[in-house]
Amino acid sequence: MIETERHEYDVVVIGAGGAGLRAAIAARERGLRTAIVCKSLFGKAHTVMAEGGCAAAMGNVNENDSWQVHFRDTMRGGKFLNSWRMAELHAKEAPDRVWELETWGALFDRTPDGRISQRHFGGHTYPRLAHVGDRTGLEIIRTMQQRIVALQQADHAETGEYESRLRVFAECTVTELLTDDDGAMAGAFGYWRESGRFIEFSAPAVVLATGGIGKSFQVTSNSWEYTGDGHALALRAGANLIDMEFVQFHPTGMVWPPSVKGILVTEGVRGDGGVLKNSDGERFMFGYVPDVFKGQYAQTEDEADRWYTDQENNRRTPDLLPRDEVARAINTEVKEGRGSPHGGVYLDIASRMKPEEIKRRLPSMYHQFKELADVDITAEPMEVGPTCHYVMGGIDVDPDTGQSRVPGLFATGECAGGMHGSNRLGGNSLSDLLVFGRRAGLGAADYVAAAGRRPTARTGAVDTAAATTLAPFGPPERGTGENPYTLHAELQRRMNDLVGIIRTEAEMAEALEHLGELRRRVRDVVVEGHRQYNPGWHLALDLRNMLMVGEAVASSALTRTESRGGHTRSDHPGLDPEWRHRALLTTCVRDGGQEHGDVPRIAVERTERAPMRDDLLALFDLTELEKYYTAAELAAHPGARPQGGST
Amino acid sequence: MTYTARLRVWRGDTGGGALTDYEVEVNEGEVVLDILHRLQATQTPDLAVRWNCKAGKCGSCSAEINGRPRLLCMTRMSVFEPGETLTVTPMRTFPVIRDLVADVSFNYAKAREIPSFTPPPDLGPGEYRMKQADVGRSQEFRKCIECYLCQNTCHVVRDHEENKPAFAGPRYLMRVAELEMHPLDIADRVADVQDEHGLGLCNITKCCTDVCPEGIKITDNALIPMKERVADQRYDPLVWLGRTITRRRDRPARG
Repeated sequence: MIETERHEYDVVVIGAGGAGLRAAIAARERGLRTAIVCKSLFGKAHTVMAEGGCAAAMGNVNENDSWQVHFRDTMRGGKFLNSWRMAELHAKEAPDRVWELETWGALFDRTPDGRISQRHFGGHTYPRLAHVGDRTGLEIIRTMQQRIVALQQADHAETGEYESRLRVFAECTVTELLTDDDGAMAGAFGYWRESGRFIEFSAPAVVLATGGIGKSFQVTSNSWEYTGDGHALALRAGANLIDMEFVQFHPTGMVWPPSVKGILVTEGVRGDGGVLKNSDGERFMFGYVPDVFKGQYAQTEDEADRWYTDQENNRRTPDLLPRDEVARAINTEVKEGRGSPHGGVYLDIASRMKPEEIKRRLPSMYHQFKELADVDITAEPMEVGPTCHYVMGGIDVDPDTGQSRVPGLFATGECAGGMHGSNRLGGNSLSDLLVFGRRAGLGAADYVAAAGRRPTARTGAVDTAAATTLAPFGPPERGTGENPYTLHAELQRRMNDLVGIIRTEAEMAEALEHLGELRRRVRDVVVEGHRQYNPGWHLALDLRNMLMVGEAVASSALTRTESRGGHTRSDHPGLDPEWRHRALLTTCVRDGGQEHGDVPRIAVERTERAPMRDDLLALFDLTELEKYYTAAELAAHPGARPQGGST
Repeated sequence: MTYTARLRVWRGDTGGGALTDYEVEVNEGEVVLDILHRLQATQTPDLAVRWNCKAGKCGSCSAEINGRPRLLCMTRMSVFEPGETLTVTPMRTFPVIRDLVADVSFNYAKAREIPSFTPPPDLGPGEYRMKQADVGRSQEFRKCIECYLCQNTCHVVRDHEENKPAFAGPRYLMRVAELEMHPLDIADRVADVQDEHGLGLCNITKCCTDVCPEGIKITDNALIPMKERVADQRYDPLVWLGRTITRRRDRPARG
């Protein structure tokens, strides 16, 4: 019998980034006993790296902005694949969520009349991003961290205990979700990173807020925590993933030196006036405006430059096209020999703004390039190239409550799917995690109130989870034993080379073959040392999740034979309306003949998306919708009806 | 340019430990954290080092390099001579957990002792109006990534365990300053900063400012102004009289 520490909560939130913290705040404010479990220290989650801002149609800088415009921008950015209900809720509720942060102490940059300032970003019609220089994510996570401390102080005043209703379990990794005999959520199992000791949570509701999957790729802006834990935990617990083929490559990551390759360069550089140039000095983005966006972007450099100061009479610069378009354009420029010395392109703000202004608006970028690359961005251009940044796909959830198809299992933030369709707009992730973090916390609270019972984990589930966790310490059944670092590097290289920005059927098939091979090798992973703060062991366990998620991405990408947003198939280059209304679901294969302890297999199946509500569809011109939809789907659009129709 | 660096890394746990010598390959542009990662991948898979973003934004990988508190991810190998031996040790002010990982729970305990942001009760969401010039002061302090290097280097607690209960440390004294300078915070924090959080123990040697990876002027912009407010309140007889009379009334927001 392995010793395991046990805790009982009403709601267990896994992940302490923005979404997890917002969910925990909502559950605690409903009076529920809430645990937050996170792999890092409290306040260090990947949200701190969000730079540019948080999109919310407050209309502080341009009063023409509204939730309808934000909704339209979001759907366009996602190429109409988004869960329209999520996009609607997001656009409507984002301003309230931002204002709420101010009441908790957030200090956003201000407009001259003292309101929250808003900046331009790719794909957003109006200046819409609330920001704090280029460290907006830090402000948001710190504000919520401090809100949680405030709630703990209130509990302390009332009960004498800071942690009586809200406790953070930091540096604690969940390796398995626990369900009862009927498949409902019963809790979670994991280990303390510091000691390696096991811990079990008993809870009727679990909220997954584990973020993304970027650490499966070699070049990424993501931190080490982004190993797809929530995606994989949900799959193994019986939930589905949706849209896993859609992975966002941010167009501007650092490319030199190699040790910092992939680190994010905020889109705010372009939002504030920076432009992309190739080795000929040409502003190449003017040549890459796709048909669906024709007429919405400036056609000359003069018009683009005038737009920064006069948006009423000019169109925006194509440097601010949605991220998928810009990333592909950079990829093409480099491939055709017009790249920079280290395989990127130039991002120039030095020639367009005074040095003091650059340092004031983009202090972290100045700092980052100065210290890590010896580049002074106020004097010379940056070298940038695409980096794996965000996964649009995620756990398939109910838009209003965040509940998955497993009763009691909720998901929010990057690990949930649907909101961003095939491509996320910059600025929409911070607002996403506020809006849907709160909703998932409330959804979990409502579920716990209605359930009225505490499900009990299946007999033996904890022992099985513990045995799987300890397996890497045992001698390998075959061969000499695999090094987790070697396998991880191999996985990252294969995903980067074969499942990257541009994909083909042959490459996907090859990727799946390699992943299958890695699945066999991961059985023989052996770690040295003991259980106390052992990073080799931690990686060996995270690898299982990365493999499942890697297969979900590659299998989905193989199935979708079109190009859209964060999924580009050079063998199927066009947008296909017949694929717009289809979605790909990833499920876990329960009895795939695998041996005990093997990484479970996944399967991908097709399903249909729910048609958009008529009043939302009517927000778009028919001519625009015709670029994405089949004629049959548009029969109900007001513009499609004959004049004077009486139905 | 690739070369082989000599590293001495502290290995051990709560029961004790020692510096261990390693030789590791270094490539152009790499930071100390890259070298430790290479050590993990090739020689010591269980070397414990806390890190997260590897971009100087999360403040996880704090340690001491040749005795100086630094972020491992923002310290480039090129600042050292190739022949130099680098000594990497965990932060000294906090108890060690294992290898380079320290127990920083002291800081989370101190964070809870600072009363939270207190806005005017009648001000609703969306109604906040503040000038950029007025939020700028607190914004500087909110750049803090909570790496705790300032807490680690501060001599009040660095080799003085006995001062820890009474001293919040530069990071949390700065947090009080941040709230005190917030244009809409109505709490009076001046008495507490001296009596509860130990501002009086600080003798402004600026060591905290010196190690701050965000370049925050902790001493000049946070600690000294707080000391001035304490002095104004405590030792100016007119202010003292005025405050005694109006003690329980809400103070208007500072401009």
